[in-house]
Formats: sequence, C-alpha cells, structure tokens
Amino acid sequence: MQGLRIEALESNGIGPCSLEVAAGECVCVSGASGAGKSLMLRAIADLDPHHGKVFLNDLECNTMNPGTWRRKVGLLPAESQWWHETVGEHFRDEPDSSILVALGFEGDVLAYQVMRLSSGERQRLGLLRLLCNQPRTLLLDEPTSSLDAENIRRVERLIEDYRTQYQTPVIWVSHDQQQIARISDRHYRIVDGKLEEA
Amino acid sequence: MDLISLSAFDLSLAAILVLLLAGISSWMGLGVERSLLVAAARTVVQLLLIGLVLKAVFTNIHLVWMTIIALVMLLVAGREVMVRQHRRFKGIWGFGLGTTSMFISTFTVTLLSLTVVINAHPWYAPQYAIPLLGMMFGNTMNGIALGLDRLTQTAWQSRTIIEGRLMLGYNWREAIGDIHRDSVRAGLIPIINAMAVAGIVSLPGMMTGQILAGARPMDAVNYQILIMFMIAAGTGFGTVVAVTFGARRLFDHRERLRLDRLAKGGQ
Repeated sequence: MQGLRIEALESNGIGPCSLEVAAGECVCVSGASGAGKSLMLRAIADLDPHHGKVFLNDLECNTMNPGTWRRKVGLLPAESQWWHETVGEHFRDEPDSSILVALGFEGDVLAYQVMRLSSGERQRLGLLRLLCNQPRTLLLDEPTSSLDAENIRRVERLIEDYRTQYQTPVIWVSHDQQQIARISDRHYRIVDGKLEEA
Repeated sequence: MDLISLSAFDLSLAAILVLLLAGISSWMGLGVERSLLVAAARTVVQLLLIGLVLKAVFTNIHLVWMTIIALVMLLVAGREVMVRQHRRFKGIWGFGLGTTSMFISTFTVTLLSLTVVINAHPWYAPQYAIPLLGMMFGNTMNGIALGLDRLTQTAWQSRTIIEGRLMLGYNWREAIGDIHRDSVRAGLIPIINAMAVAGIVSLPGMMTGQILAGARPMDAVNYQILIMFMIAAGTGFGTVVAVTFGARRLFDHRERLRLDRLAKGGQ
C-alpha cells in the first residue's frame, strides 16, 4: 500500500490507534488538549518508545535508520525550535524559492535574526525548513495556530499543492472546524487516547 | 633542613579560626556553620585515619595493599561524582559512568607516570603512588562531576531543541553536539585555569607541602609540573569519556531522547 499505515500504535497511555492514510490524502485529527494528538504524532515519528507498527509505503519504521525515518515522515511540532542566531543557519540546503514565495517571504528572510521573528513567522519558517527535507509524509501539529487569515490560506494552499504533487499522505491536527471542512478528506477525533471517526 | 613537627596545640590554634568563622556564619544567618563544622571534623578524622593507614602501608610495602587503597579511593570518588549531579542517570549508570571513566583515565595516567616518568622501585611504592593517585582522583572527580552535571542539566533544559533537531532527521550526535562540547569544556576549565595561574597567583598545594617539608624548591617545582600535566591529561580524558558515554546514554537505540533515564538527584 502506498501511503502511511499505523497498526495498533500505543505510547504514553494513548492507543491502540490504527489508521491508514492513502498517498495524497489529508486526514484531520482534533481533540481536547491533553487528549494525545501530539503524542500520537511523536510516536509515529519514533520520538517516544511505543508499541505497534508504522509503515510508510510498506516500509516499516524499524527497518530504517531513525534519522532517515524522521526526515521522511516530516513532523512539524506546534512550536518550532530555533537554536542559531539567524534563520539561514538552520537550513542545510538552500530552500526552494517557489515555497519561499508561496509562504509570503522574500529571499532575504534567511538573514533574519531569530530573536526578532514573530510567532507567525516562526511557524511558517518552521514549515519551510521541514519541506526542505522533502518529507514523504507530513505530520502537522496545528501548523496555522498563530497565523492571520491570509497566511492560513497560504499555508493551506502550499500543503495542498505539496501533497498532490508528491502524493504525500498528510495528518493535520487542527481545532478549527471550518479549516477541517476545507482541507480534510477524513476527520478523526482523539477521545481518551483513542481515534474515533468524526 | 628538617621538618618542624606540629603539635596538637598548634593545630588547635588553627581550629579556633574555624570556630570563629562558624560563629560569624551563625551571627550573619548564613546557615553554613553546621556543614562547616561537620566538614572540619571530617577533615580531622579522615586525615588521621589515612595517616594511620599510610603508616601501615609504608612499613608493609605490598601490591595488594596498594590495590585495596586505590580501589577504596576510586569507589568513594565515584560516589562523590554521583551525588553531585542534580539529575543523575538512573540505576547502575549513575554510579558506573563516572567511576568507570575515572578508572580508565586515572589509572592509565598514574601507571604511566609511576613506571615511565618517575620510575619508582617498586613501581607501586606507596610514597609516590598514593599521593599521585589522591591528587589525580581529586581533580578528575571534579572534572567529571562538572562535565556530567552540565550535560544532564543542559539536555534537560534544551530538550525541545534537541528533539526539534531529531525531528528534522539529525542523528543523536548532531542533535546534542553543542551541548556535548560545552560540557566537556566545563569539566576542563578548572584545570586550565589552575595551570594558567600556577606559580603566579597560586602556589600549588603539593609544591608548597614539599617545600615546607624541606625539599629543594626546584625538585618541588618539577614534581608540580608533572602533577599538573597528569591532572590535565587525566581530567581531560576522563571527562571526554564520561560526557561522551553520558551523551549517548541520553538516547536509546532508536536515537530518541530519553530524559526518563535521569532521576532528580541530591544537592
């Protein structure tokens, strides 16, 4: 099967969760805070010890070197982390200028001081940095939570283009019912650590 | 030159100063008078005991006695490294990591000095081996404790950054690289500082002791240089080993950051 397959995933009190996200499909996940949405994404990215199996295009997580796996499954955390002074130092490869423009940035953004970034800029730059890795899956943890309406549309359009172009399965955590209606092919809720189709 | 022996009366004069300091601590509400007095009492008891032990060992020079003394020193120093950690590794790693690193570095460097540099006969002659080991342990212990403490504390504070890097596909070495280097540096700074000011700001204790005991100053200086270099090497290698294995231990076989392997420690 092409896409992301999760079998009986259990970690830190959540699960067992099973889910299949086909190539190019976008599945939204919502749920009260503390319900385990982020924990589920972390377990898929193999950041926490877990039971159960995760396959990407029929390749199981454990058959791959952990770094390779994480690059392929592309987890965008709710708060992106920055550790160098300027934005550009966080990029190993020059970012694709079309993505830069699609996110509403100019070429000089790489010279920006991280300290001076707004939370919205951080969020969009976090996505830019993630996409530079050319992930084969996107796990997005509230990727538009600190954005204004215009930038929300930018990000939604960019993800839409990315997943249709590369046939990427997407799991998108969101609280916004209208957004969920706009972007998702299917919608799940996490209740008491279990996935329920909404 | 003969050594002027100190009497109990001489020592009690010095003790009065410590009592005075404890009094001031109490008066100013510093709250350290108790630990000061306990530490002072421990100094007296521990040094008197080691004096008796050394007296016995110097008269019965035997490799077995030396080995036992060295092992006791190692275990006590290992425990000290462990209790000084704010967040120490759980289980056997808490004690084993510092102790093993100290064992490797201290014994290698001391054995090298005894057999090749000093060339004592027998090589384990307690007059040379015990003071050397003592100074090596004391300093290596400090370096390793500082390095490991910095490593676990910083990793704890920077866990979101470390995991942010892992999410981007960095391997564990890259994810903790800067913290690893910082921690080794933290362990090395005291000995680098000590070497930088030796003889100008501070007269090292061992050299002072030898001179007080009547040794020729140039002999004392040569020994002090040897000791400084040994300490630098021993502390450096020990800290590198301990911090590197510690950094690896913070990640599991799937290179996940495992801060659950740390327990909240003592002081």
